[in-house]
Amino acid sequence: MADPLAGLYQEIILDHSRRRIGDRVLSAPDAERSERNPTCGDEVTVQIAFERGSDRIAEFGWQGAGCSISMASASMLAEIAPGLTTAELVAKVAAFREMMRSKGVGEPNEDVLGDAIAFHGTSKYVMRVKCAMLGWVAAEAAVGGA
Amino acid sequence: MLSTAPHLTHHDVELIRQDFPALAATVNGEPLAYLDSGATAQRPLSVLDAERDFLLHHNAAVHRGAHTTAGEATELFENARATVATFIGAAPEEIVWTSNATDAINLVAYGFANASRGRGGPDAARFALAAGDEILVTEAEHHANLVPWQELAATTGATLRFVPVRDDGTWEVEDARNLITDRTRVFAFSHVSNVTGFVANVAELSVMAHAVGALVVLDACQSAPHRRLDVAELDVDFLAFSGHKMLGPTGIGVLYGRRELLDALPPFRTGGSMITTVTMDSAEYLPSPQRFEAGTQPVSQAVALGEAVRYLESVGLDRIEAREEELAQRMLRGLAGIPGIRIVGRGAGSPRAGLVAFDVAGVHAHDVGQFLDSRGLAVRVGHHCTQPLHRKLGLIATTRASAYLYTTTAEVDLLLSAVAEVRAYFGAPALGER
Repeated sequence: MADPLAGLYQEIILDHSRRRIGDRVLSAPDAERSERNPTCGDEVTVQIAFERGSDRIAEFGWQGAGCSISMASASMLAEIAPGLTTAELVAKVAAFREMMRSKGVGEPNEDVLGDAIAFHGTSKYVMRVKCAMLGWVAAEAAVGGA
Repeated sequence: MLSTAPHLTHHDVELIRQDFPALAATVNGEPLAYLDSGATAQRPLSVLDAERDFLLHHNAAVHRGAHTTAGEATELFENARATVATFIGAAPEEIVWTSNATDAINLVAYGFANASRGRGGPDAARFALAAGDEILVTEAEHHANLVPWQELAATTGATLRFVPVRDDGTWEVEDARNLITDRTRVFAFSHVSNVTGFVANVAELSVMAHAVGALVVLDACQSAPHRRLDVAELDVDFLAFSGHKMLGPTGIGVLYGRRELLDALPPFRTGGSMITTVTMDSAEYLPSPQRFEAGTQPVSQAVALGEAVRYLESVGLDRIEAREEELAQRMLRGLAGIPGIRIVGRGAGSPRAGLVAFDVAGVHAHDVGQFLDSRGLAVRVGHHCTQPLHRKLGLIATTRASAYLYTTTAEVDLLLSAVAEVRAYFGAPALGER
């Protein structure tokens, strides 16, 4: 039997939810923000340290407790965030948000979002869009882009 | 025709299901297995028909107007009140329509707040709270029976205290004994926990509360739909429940209050339909229940709730309770045999209402629920509006399956077999490695 959830729980998502890239506490963060999903109690705290004298992200750390979707999306963000400027991060969050609002329609931009295009399938599950957005919204707010 | 057996038979359940077309749905290509009645119940055709019939033939404003239809509407509206009153052993004047149980509890809490500000005159003094007074709730309360009391404490200076729950999330009479003191003015708790399925010994707790002059407010959301209630036996002062959890519509709920209390409690909402005399400066209020029913009421919903009560009584509340207890024990026994499952509340063999919340080691409840959904299983996931209880138990979110009179043993077995697959599907770490 084909897995009816294959579009949602892609292997790369489950893999990130277990590996949790960037799940750590930064020693000297310049920005920090926690976001919570009140319906399920899931929480992600994002910490960002910039390169000296610049708004380019040097380190990106996060901690949290939540479902595989929210944990995997934070993990993927942690993979792509280092090296981005604040403006570039905000632009990626905007692109991610647009994809998550697509309800599975159209083609996501892999050049912008990298592995995170895996969540295109999640966008069809309206109850899970908030889960995928959690860490990204926290990062956006941390850099003052929200 | 339904059997007369003390427990609902398999055949009875099949007959009952025919009254609920919503249960015949297909979701994700699978037959729906609706195990979320604790959140909201499906409705039988007779309830839908009652509301439609009212709207087609008797719709008019109640308690005003001299025309024939207005008279019919008023009679049906008040008949529904009488039906609900009889259902719980109360008088019609002791039944206040609210929009839901949350609204009913707020009505009581804000009545206390208004009395504390001096409203309601000498009759309302018994509801006035001040610093030194205590409001007692339990750590297991639904937010609806916690947050209104937090607000009341904050506005009056009273202290909010908690009956602690044990490691399994339940509590007993003795856990409350030392907390019920001369300072206790209100004791608010759930009859049946929406998470642990624990059934409180209400009558004994009421005696203890009354002995110190405290008033008892019972959240009956998870009991009124599933077991026979008698307010005299329970000996409570106020009791709240929602229509949509007991085969009725959304937007209609019930507050029961002992008559002398309702007649003295200051109203929460004021306006039309609740007054006797109004001048430009002030107003006098009607007795209960009208004094609490300002503005146009959810009339067709009340009529339909009356029909829902008739439906439940035609099946028999004792039989519904027995059936759900059986289903709960089946769930508990099955879940206990699945590695990595932590049941919230007491295990198989202990009495509980027809709902079971559980944690799956290494898999978040949202993911559990999504996996079950792909099998057609509708369950509730999250903190079930009980964040303090979950926090106390070291949990963020759990999965809850809840049964009702139409739930089949096959649905429970489907749940059990699907739950057994969850950890492998998500590649949860082996037990003991976390």
